[in-house]
Amino acid sequence: MGIYDNPGVPILSIITYIPLIGALFIVFFSDLLFGKGNTKAIKYAATVVAGIDFVVSIPLWIYFDPKATGDRMFQFRELIDWIPAIGVKYSFGIDGIALLLILLTTLTGFIAIYSSYSAINHREKEYYVLLLLLQTGMIGTFCALDFFLFYVFWEVMLVPMYFLIGIWGGARKLYAAIKFFLYTLAGSVLMLLSILALYFFNDGGIPFLNIKGLGNPATFSVLQYHNIGHLIPPQLQFWIFLGFFFGFAIKVPMFPFHTWLPDAHTEAPTAGSVILAAVLLKMGGYGFIRFALPILPDATKQLITPIVVLALIGIVYGALVTLVQKDMKKLIAYSSVSHLGFVMLGMFALNPMGLRGSVLQMINHGISTGALFLLVGIIYERRHTREISEYGGLAKQMPMYATLFLIAALSSMGLPALNGFIGEFTILLGAANRSMVWAGFAGLGIILGAAYLLWLYQRVFWGPLDNPLNKVLLDVNRRELLTILPLIACMVWIGIAPGIFFDTIKEPVDYIVRKVEPTYFDKQITLTPAAAVRPAPAAKAVAVPHIAEAR
Amino acid sequence: MNGDLLLLIPLLPALGALINGVRAFATPLAPKNRTLTNLFAIGTTGLSAIIATIAVLTYVGQGTTAAFEQVYYTWIPAGIGHLTGGGLANYAIDFAFRIDPLSCTMLMVVTWVGFLIHVYSTGYMSHETGYTRFFTYLNLFMFMMLLLVLGANYLVMFVGWEGVGFCSYILIGFYYDKNFAADAGKKAFIANRIGDFGFLLGLFLIFNYFGTADYSKVFALASANPAHYSGITTAICLLLFVGACGKSAQIPLYVWLPDAMAGPTPVSALIHAATMVTAGVYMVVRSNVLFRMSPTAMLVVAIVGAATAIFAATIGVAQNDIKKVLAYSTVSQLGFMFMAAGVGAFTAAIFHLMTHAFFKACLFLGAGSVIHGCGGEQDMRKMGGLRKYMPKTHWTMLIATLAIAGTPFFAGFYSKDEILAGAFAYSPVIWLVGVVAAGFTAFYMFRLYFMTFHGQYRGFDVVGIEQSEPEHGGEDLIPAQAHLDQGDKHTDKAHGHHAHAHSPHESPWSMTGVLIVLAFLALVGGYVGWPAALGGSHPTPFQRWLEPVLLSIGNHPWEFHEGSATVEILLMASSVAIAGLGVLLAFLFYLRDQTWSVPKRLATRFRLVYQMVANKYYVDEIYGATVIRGTIVLSLAMSWFDKYIVDGLVNTIRNVTVVVFGHGSSQFDKYIVDGAVNGIGFTAQGGSTLLRRVQSGFVQNYALIMGGGIVLLAVVYLFTKA
Repeated sequence: MGIYDNPGVPILSIITYIPLIGALFIVFFSDLLFGKGNTKAIKYAATVVAGIDFVVSIPLWIYFDPKATGDRMFQFRELIDWIPAIGVKYSFGIDGIALLLILLTTLTGFIAIYSSYSAINHREKEYYVLLLLLQTGMIGTFCALDFFLFYVFWEVMLVPMYFLIGIWGGARKLYAAIKFFLYTLAGSVLMLLSILALYFFNDGGIPFLNIKGLGNPATFSVLQYHNIGHLIPPQLQFWIFLGFFFGFAIKVPMFPFHTWLPDAHTEAPTAGSVILAAVLLKMGGYGFIRFALPILPDATKQLITPIVVLALIGIVYGALVTLVQKDMKKLIAYSSVSHLGFVMLGMFALNPMGLRGSVLQMINHGISTGALFLLVGIIYERRHTREISEYGGLAKQMPMYATLFLIAALSSMGLPALNGFIGEFTILLGAANRSMVWAGFAGLGIILGAAYLLWLYQRVFWGPLDNPLNKVLLDVNRRELLTILPLIACMVWIGIAPGIFFDTIKEPVDYIVRKVEPTYFDKQITLTPAAAVRPAPAAKAVAVPHIAEAR
Repeated sequence: MNGDLLLLIPLLPALGALINGVRAFATPLAPKNRTLTNLFAIGTTGLSAIIATIAVLTYVGQGTTAAFEQVYYTWIPAGIGHLTGGGLANYAIDFAFRIDPLSCTMLMVVTWVGFLIHVYSTGYMSHETGYTRFFTYLNLFMFMMLLLVLGANYLVMFVGWEGVGFCSYILIGFYYDKNFAADAGKKAFIANRIGDFGFLLGLFLIFNYFGTADYSKVFALASANPAHYSGITTAICLLLFVGACGKSAQIPLYVWLPDAMAGPTPVSALIHAATMVTAGVYMVVRSNVLFRMSPTAMLVVAIVGAATAIFAATIGVAQNDIKKVLAYSTVSQLGFMFMAAGVGAFTAAIFHLMTHAFFKACLFLGAGSVIHGCGGEQDMRKMGGLRKYMPKTHWTMLIATLAIAGTPFFAGFYSKDEILAGAFAYSPVIWLVGVVAAGFTAFYMFRLYFMTFHGQYRGFDVVGIEQSEPEHGGEDLIPAQAHLDQGDKHTDKAHGHHAHAHSPHESPWSMTGVLIVLAFLALVGGYVGWPAALGGSHPTPFQRWLEPVLLSIGNHPWEFHEGSATVEILLMASSVAIAGLGVLLAFLFYLRDQTWSVPKRLATRFRLVYQMVANKYYVDEIYGATVIRGTIVLSLAMSWFDKYIVDGLVNTIRNVTVVVFGHGSSQFDKYIVDGAVNGIGFTAQGGSTLLRRVQSGFVQNYALIMGGGIVLLAVVYLFTKA
């Protein structure tokens, strides 16, 4: 191809700015080319742009080298001086974690746009422009390896989402939009302070706080901070971590910073909810993994217990609150609090299992919850209510819809052979490796997860079809089916063959584990009678005449 | 032995499920071509059974006692973890299958009984619109069950384990528009999930201590160095056993199984009697090395098993719904199997699992045939005299009833006596409980038989049957009644046209043929375990077959305990005598006196006891009032807390911020923030009007925070430069 493996082609920038260019194109040329008010053409144009972006992003995975370590772990690098006076560089590059999140973004972004055709009936132009802008903001955030650049993209994301909720949202859209904006912004200001503290520590120190700097040339390079992280005194690490923590924990969201989420999700239009769940919530987890953990190892270790406690509370509390929700969308929103608790638990187990599970579960949550929001959107478009009590017996009227919903719900509740199980299991394996008590508490979330989803399913789809308004509902149409099927394919794929996902994130995860606990992998790989560690394949079976290993 | 062939065994039913699933999905009004459905559903299951037989025969032909294992690919490469005993382990979980005598036995039972029930279902379900949907689920179940049985490590087993739980859920809820079916499905899934929670925790302990979930490695490590692991096996085994209690309906998680009878009867036979519910027994026997290292865990298993056996048997005595009797009977028989495992008679547990699969499948399918023939009636008080109308069903059910009652020379006799002999060697108390439970079994089974097949057919006369006694299982009537009343639209209508119009009829050959095969197995299936006391070999052929599964621990090889032949004969005689007493009582109460005056008098005399039993000791009510209510109340409290405390705090902070900072900064707002915002808006073509509309007066305050951050940045920067 020569495009993806050519260092001269800024492929990440191309992927990042395709949506932006598409948005600008729609802004300036749509009237000219398609005629004024031709919303259909705008829809198609936005879909095509997002589709192209998705297609262009796929080969990244093919050309990505999952085995690269050290300096070469971050790939497709782009590095240009931007604001030399203060050391800001335009620095892009992705590891396996960012790669998967980018693919998730381009896929769900495309699906979100494609799913909006009949849901959005006013101000279509602005709507699609904002969705595309959001796309650029999200992809840029995952690509940026310079704190300044990262912060810019981070804030850029906020604005389109704010408008998406505020203009195309439900009854309490203003309250929800403002709450979302305020909450996230408050967090990001604290995050900014932490970034600045790092910046000055690396450079000249912070005299009025009596903090000596390292005297390095000023830089915002994330990788530079990865390298000097262990030099930061533990007490300073603690405060910097706290700043990051608020920024990211709000975004995750962790208990007790989660209350913006149900409001934002409930009020946002379907596409907004899908992107919010699939990608925006991942920003918090991504921030922890990319910045807080590797840069601040001492603080990370120091704060394991409180953060894990919050994560466990989030899992159980979130699930309990979910159980009694009366609004379908709110129910799924609260279930996110529980699911993201799992993500944080795995992350702070700080071992390869927990972290791999955590990253995978971020992807899984995007797929499953994204699908659930899409599905709720489909029924909302038909009935204009999300009250669970308005429904019942839909399986009879909309059998295809019921089947799709069931699969998405099963994936969300972690049924084996679907994606959710792989993530939850790996997270719990990592957590149990540190403490069985953690695994025990988190396991309660799994029981409750089945309870709230099955109860929801029963109330909406089973029982007699007795509401006359539901007796005329149409089953999913082809476009709706096409938005869901790719997600279902991903659920099955990750459930059955997650190996390629694990391989992709192996090195970055091990890198983080080493950063936090340099001696983690140093222990003896021996245990009493042999075979504690997986032996070479040939020695594996008990009395196996021939062995075939697929991988 | 060919590993790829092995892979076909579960994949064929999966393929059938996929094809039929897509057909049912793509044509929501139900695919019309049932021959095609049959081809995919039964063809794949039958082929799978044939291949399984070939695989088993190949394995047996090799004459090796070692297990055959095949790794297909690394399923979950989770990473390097720390073992609790020190050292590292690479947690990489393979998708792998294992063939050994235990999985061979299970494989044969699952594939062939599964195949027979598929055939039976073509007759039983022939009037359903959800025909293809039904077979999709049934095939999916076969796939999951075969994964459970064939898996070479605990995790593949867990996939099957939860998978069959899901299939059970969706099949119990097959008549999903009936509320009781929907409730029962959900209840089954959640009770199972509670068990799975224990299973998972046990699994994590295994990972922490052994670094792997592969059976071969875990058991090799444990048996090679029992001292090193003895401290943790009790915890592991008890947690695994929680899982087994959920899946195999043992106290305290048994409550879902009786309700599961809301599903179509072939489902009850296949999933809730012959195969899925025995998965817990399979798991305990599979883990026998770990269990044997923990006498505490063994004792718990034995006690729970014995308690469940007698507890469920007493409930079975007072049920009037034919399927409910069989359901409690299943719970009770599963208790027998756990009792066997707990007292160390692992081969007896699997032996009974097998014979039970034959006779209980036969009983359930026979009950299905009865229900089919009586137009959907499940209440035994409205049956009677059916032997005249359905001779084939009658004879096959009689054989199965004799088998479950423990009549000599029928299959159940051999397995039950092996269990009781093992129990006696372990503890006479456990034995006594088992014998009494066996007596109850004989009683309620013959009660069922007499009420159903003897006397006069009572279906014509709806009025006047015990309506005077509302407490006489009045509650049990409700599901059966609801079944009838609502069963018109698309489900049970074959069984739903009210029976009273015409007399019962025998079922088609697709159903009775299967009954005959199963009755034959219920008759001869026990001969593989002909005991030494009756002139057989020691150990019995079945015991010798399963012996390789029972590894030696440390230097202690496995031995089959055996009392003297005299003791064993005495034990046999006493259990046969007690069973005979049960049959006799059933005969006196329900056959000779067709007015059933004795049980009615007893019910009135011991009203309290009777009501306790008829209402299943109110366990459902107790759970409802404690666990379920408690969870809901807690959830409501948390929801309130979330809304008014957590979110209330957030809103308070907002309000304070607005009051303190908002007013003082109006100038800043007006020129800097608004200006900037409008500037952005202008770029977005016509956006400024848009922005203004959104701006409700709050935006400024939030933008203020952002501005504040920038100012702060500048200040800090100046300070440090200075």
